Amino acid sequence: MAVLRVKFTKTRRDKLAQVLWILNWISVATGAILFSLGLFLKVELNKRGELMAEKDIQYVPNMLIAVGLIACAINFLGGKICYDCVDTTKFLRWKLIMLPYIICTFFFTFCVLVGALMCYSMRGELEESLNLGLTEAMRFYKDTDTPGRCFLKRTVDMLQIEFQCCGNNGYKDWFQIQWISNRYLDMSQKEVVDRLRSNVEGKYLIDGVPFSCCNINSPRPCIQQQITNNSAHFNYEHQTEELNLWMKGCRQALLEHYNYIIQSIGLAVLITWLFELSVLTGVRYLQTSLENVLRQGDPNSESDGWLLENSFMETARTNLHIIKTLGKNNQIDTSNNGDPNINVPSTSKAHYGPDNMPPKKTSEAELTFL
Amino acid sequence: MLLKMNFTQQRRVRLAQGLWLMSWLAVMCGAFIFCLGVYLKTELLRRNEVMENTEIHVVPNILMMVGLASIGTNWVASRVCQDSLDATRFPRWKVLLLAWFAVAALLCCLLIAVVVLSYALQGRLEESLKVGLRNGIRFYKDTDVPGRCFQKETIDRLQMEFRCCGNSNFRDWFEVQWVSNRYLDFTSKDVKDRIRSNVDGRYLLDAVPFSCCNPASPRPCLQYHLTDNSAHYNYDFQSEELNLHSRGCRQALIDYYMGLMNSTGPGVLSVILIQMTVLVSLRYLQTAVEGAMALEDPEGESVGYLLEKGVKETIEDVKINVMTMLKLAQVDPAEASPDGEKAADATPPAS
Repeated sequence: MAVLRVKFTKTRRDKLAQVLWILNWISVATGAILFSLGLFLKVELNKRGELMAEKDIQYVPNMLIAVGLIACAINFLGGKICYDCVDTTKFLRWKLIMLPYIICTFFFTFCVLVGALMCYSMRGELEESLNLGLTEAMRFYKDTDTPGRCFLKRTVDMLQIEFQCCGNNGYKDWFQIQWISNRYLDMSQKEVVDRLRSNVEGKYLIDGVPFSCCNINSPRPCIQQQITNNSAHFNYEHQTEELNLWMKGCRQALLEHYNYIIQSIGLAVLITWLFELSVLTGVRYLQTSLENVLRQGDPNSESDGWLLENSFMETARTNLHIIKTLGKNNQIDTSNNGDPNINVPSTSKAHYGPDNMPPKKTSEAELTFL
Repeated sequence: MLLKMNFTQQRRVRLAQGLWLMSWLAVMCGAFIFCLGVYLKTELLRRNEVMENTEIHVVPNILMMVGLASIGTNWVASRVCQDSLDATRFPRWKVLLLAWFAVAALLCCLLIAVVVLSYALQGRLEESLKVGLRNGIRFYKDTDVPGRCFQKETIDRLQMEFRCCGNSNFRDWFEVQWVSNRYLDFTSKDVKDRIRSNVDGRYLLDAVPFSCCNPASPRPCLQYHLTDNSAHYNYDFQSEELNLHSRGCRQALIDYYMGLMNSTGPGVLSVILIQMTVLVSLRYLQTAVEGAMALEDPEGESVGYLLEKGVKETIEDVKINVMTMLKLAQVDPAEASPDGEKAADATPPAS
C-alpha cells in the first residue's frame, strides 16, 4: 500500500518536471538569501562584539551561512535533474543518483529546520552574553589608559547615545561602579578621601552618570551629578523626573534590536524550509512516476507516483534490515561453510570439527547440494 | 558645411541603433539626476531649522526639473531614432526636432549652471547657517515657548551627530543664557551675582550643554567652569582639546553640504557629456536621413553635418529669421502703400 499515491499522465509528468525546474532555481535564490542573512547576522553580532562576553553564539550565523551555500548547490543539482527529467532517455542518466539525492535533500531540510530553531534558541544565550559584556564594559569605562580597554569608554558612550539607553538595567548601575578614573581625582581633597573611605573596596562611587545618559528630549539642561539629591537642584524631584536621563537599560535596548533581527531571520528560514520540503515532495513524485514508467516500458503511458512504496512501518522495517545486513557483509558465515544454498538450522552449539557439520545429516546436505 | 561626414545606409542604421541605446541611457541619467535632486533637497530640508533662508534650495530644485525634463526629452529622442529609418514616419518629426535641439541645449546649460551655482552659493549658505545657528542657540532655553520648543532637541541632535559645538566654536555658549529661568534658584547668591554682573540681566556661564561633549575624550566630560583651571583636577583649559568637540557647527554643516555637492559633481558632468553626445548624434542622424530621403536612391550615400553653412552665416540667418518674426508681429505701414501703388498702377493702364 503506497503512501499518497497519485496518477500521472505524460503531460502531467512533463508539466511537473518543468515546474520543478523553475522551483529549483527559485530555491537557489532562497539559498543565496539564507547565505546573505547569515552573513548579515554575523556582521551585526561582530559590530557589538566588544559588548558581548565570550559566549558561543557565532554558531548560529555560521550554520546559516553553511546551510545557504549547501542549499544553493543542492537546488542547482535538482534543477539540472528536473530539466533532464522531461525526456525519459535523459532520465536514465540520473536514475541511480535520484534516490540518494532525495534522501540527502530530506536530511538537509532537517538541517534547515534546525537552523531556524537555533535562531530562536539563541536569544537566551545572547541575553546572558550581553549582561556579562555590558557589566564588564561599564567596569572598564574609566580605563582609558589601559591598552586593550582604552576604547571601551567611547564604545559605551556611543552605545548609550545611539540606542537611547543608560547602564545595564537602568541608570542606577552607574552608581555602583567607579567610572571616573583615579587620574582625575584630587586625592588631597577631603571630600574625595571621604568617599573613597566610605566603601569597603576603596572605590570612588558617586550618584552621577556619564553625559551619554542624558536625554535630549528633556526640557531642562541635563542633570548628571547628584541625581538623588533633590536639594542640589532647583525645582527638581528625583522620583518623578523621567525625561532627564534615558530610562531604558542598554541590555534591554540591545536585546530588542537583536530580537527584531533574529525573529525576521527565523521566519525567513522557516518559510525557506517549507518551500524546500514542497520542492522535495515534487521531486520524489517525479522520480517514482518516471521509474514506474520505465518499469511499464511505454514512455507515453500513465504511471503512478507515490511518496513511499509500502506503508511507513514496512519501509522503516526494510530499511533497518538493510542497515543491519550491511554490517554483516564482511563477516564469514561459518555455519554453512559460507554456502548460501544450504539452509541448516543450528540445533546445538557443539563443535563438529573444521567443517562444523553434524555428521548424521551429511546425506541430507549432499542431496540438497545436488 | 560644418563638420560633415559621409553616411552609407549601413552607417545610418548603425547610428540610429547606437543613438537609440544612448538615448535610453540618457533617460536613466535623467532619472539619476532627478533622484540626486530629491536626495539633496531632503538633506537640506532635514536641517531646515538651522538655516535662515532657502536660497541654497535652488540647486536641488534645478536638478529635479532638469532630471524630469531630460527623461522626457531623451524619450522623444529614442522615438525619433526608431522612426528615423522609416521614410514614411520620419517627416512628422521634422518640425519638432528644432525645438528638441533648443531644449537639449538648454538642459546642458542648466546642468553647467547647477555645477557653478553649487560653488557660488557657498557664501550664501554660510550666511544662512550663521544666522540660523545663532537663533537656535539663543532659543535653546525656550522649551516652553510654542514654535521654539524643539530648538533644544534640534541643537542637541545636531551637535551630537555632526560632532560640533556652538556656531564658530564652544565659546558661543558663554555669551548666551542657555539655562532657562524656570530652573534657576533666584534666592541663591551665586545666581543673583551672575545676573547682576552683566547689562542685560542674563545668567551667563562658562559652561556648555552636554551635547558638546566628545565621547572620544579619555576623561569624563567637563561641562561646567570650563575656563577655571582650579575647578577641576589636572585640567588645563588652554591645552585641553579632547574634552569637547572643537569644530563649530557652521563649519561642520558647510563641510558636509559641500562634500555632498562635490561628490555629485562628477556624476553631473558625465550626464552633461552624455546629453551632448545624444544632441550631436541626433543632429547627424537627422541631416543624414533627410539627405538620403532627398536622393533618388534612398539607400545610397548621404552627407551628414552639424550646420549647413558656417557658424557665422548660420548666426546671420538666425538673426534674420528672428527679425522677420518680430516684424510680422508689428503693423507694417509700408504694406498700405504698395497696395495703393498697385491700385494707382492698375488704373492708369486701364484708362
